[in-house]
Amino acid sequence: MATIPTTASEIAAAIKSKSISAREVIDSYLAAINARETEIHAFNLVMAESARAQADAIDADIAAGRPIGVLAGVPIAVKDNMCTHGVETTCSSKILEGWKPPYDATVITKLKAAGAIVIGKTNLDEFAMGSSTENSAFGATRNPLDTSRVPGGSSGGSAAAVAAGFAPVSLGSDTGGSIRQPAAMCGVVGVKPTYGRVSRYGLVAYASSLDQIGPFATTVADAALITEAIAGHCVMDSTSIPVDVPALVAAASQGVKGMRIGRVTDLPEGAEPEVQARLDAAFVALEAAGATIVDVQLPSLSYALTAYYLIAPAEASSNLARFDGVRFGLRVNAADTNAMYGATRAAGFGDEVQRRIMLGTYALSAGYYDAYYGKALKVRRIIAQDFERAYESVDAILTPTSPVVAFKFGEKADDPMSMYLCDIYTIPTNLAGHPGMSVPFGTGAHGLPVGIQVLAPALGEEAMFRVGGALEAAAGDAQ
Amino acid sequence: MSQSGTPISAADVAKVARLARLDINEAQIENFTEQLAKVMSHFDDIDALDLEGVVPMTQPYPLVNVMREDIEMPTLDTQEVLAAAPAAEQQRFRVPPIIGIDG
Repeated sequence: MATIPTTASEIAAAIKSKSISAREVIDSYLAAINARETEIHAFNLVMAESARAQADAIDADIAAGRPIGVLAGVPIAVKDNMCTHGVETTCSSKILEGWKPPYDATVITKLKAAGAIVIGKTNLDEFAMGSSTENSAFGATRNPLDTSRVPGGSSGGSAAAVAAGFAPVSLGSDTGGSIRQPAAMCGVVGVKPTYGRVSRYGLVAYASSLDQIGPFATTVADAALITEAIAGHCVMDSTSIPVDVPALVAAASQGVKGMRIGRVTDLPEGAEPEVQARLDAAFVALEAAGATIVDVQLPSLSYALTAYYLIAPAEASSNLARFDGVRFGLRVNAADTNAMYGATRAAGFGDEVQRRIMLGTYALSAGYYDAYYGKALKVRRIIAQDFERAYESVDAILTPTSPVVAFKFGEKADDPMSMYLCDIYTIPTNLAGHPGMSVPFGTGAHGLPVGIQVLAPALGEEAMFRVGGALEAAAGDAQ
Repeated sequence: MSQSGTPISAADVAKVARLARLDINEAQIENFTEQLAKVMSHFDDIDALDLEGVVPMTQPYPLVNVMREDIEMPTLDTQEVLAAAPAAEQQRFRVPPIIGIDG
């Protein structure tokens, strides 16, 4: 049996050239899952049977000379907040336990059409609310690089699945950093595309004006490949932007010669010294690769956390109103509907979800709306304007992804504010609606990976992948 | 937040829990009051900003009146949808009485 390649692009090429079968690939990844999943808990559900059947069908297509998709036979793990037709989708919440969606999310439809094989549904902080995957109703995911530490979150299962070699690529969702932060903590690549670039149809909504689906991968080129596969206009999502998908795989190897990279001189403090050192090294590496480093200011960035923790919970409190025990999931019976709603929601939602629903309900309630939610929307505007001004003089901006490396279980679990601060560098991009990615760039404290965040203006994914590719190329010798 | 007056109280939390349809107990109300007060106090920082004349930003990418072509498409399978509900009867979702003791 041939060696199984570790990247999606190599796997697709090897299967297409018949040097390996789709079944061999799937069996190899399922074996990797069997060997270590008990320890890591990346998945809520491993779809071994359907994955093997799909692999066999692809092998049959190839044997018969029928056309196959660009991702034919590539295993992919999917965050358990994306609807998979007939396959349990829980959002790691008791309130949705056992629910089988009657349709596929657009990203799943697109992946299936490209021939990719969904190998399992990954664990997350309940309803994507958290930064450590400790908030899952079904138990935390462990960081494959150090199992005494969290994988980050909320897409911790998807990050861990790729870092542990359970799948070459995976999908996550990012509302305030939920792809980029776990990517940084698990030492993999994570991408949040421009808001509207990837359809949200079938993504269980947390904060609709911020949520965006994107990939995890071990290489920048693979992340580009998956982004290309899932992006594009979708009539089922009214916030989907009607533009073509650029050639991102090509951009990833284009280099940064002549590009202007922004260094934020007034970045909010709080990054560990080792993280700051990696950021400094990243600028040196990009300059050596032919980019010009330009100082920029983003004065309103320090207010992003406040704006986010008013806007996201406000939207969540509205979105999560649909979980009422009527149409899907858990119901706790009571004498009348009002009592049933209250009992069902109290029993079905975990602490952090309840906390954010309460925060959002409060921020939207009569008498407080203008002081909280209304004000947060204005802050959101000035943050977006700060970015627009900066992008007049630079093509991309570099910051740390997370101020800290992967932390220990329980370290921040009882202090919501310290957990929220993990997302201080990722949140602003979501508010602006711009793309961002995290690329592993050496290690920090305890030898744990540090991720560097590349930001670009709306629909600026090509520039972002150029910088990401250059960082990846330099990461090897910049240690 | 200073401009909005007093910090969040246990009574506020109880009211918000009722609005949000969350039947939480006294101990949880106490716990949430403490945690939410801490989080809300952090939000004082935006009071320092001059937001006069700033237009609220409700969506990141300006798209207006988004409509799709009126094309017939298959709808979700009724049986499949109802099968996922906690209770169904006569092709409908079944719920407890709507007019109840809570008024």
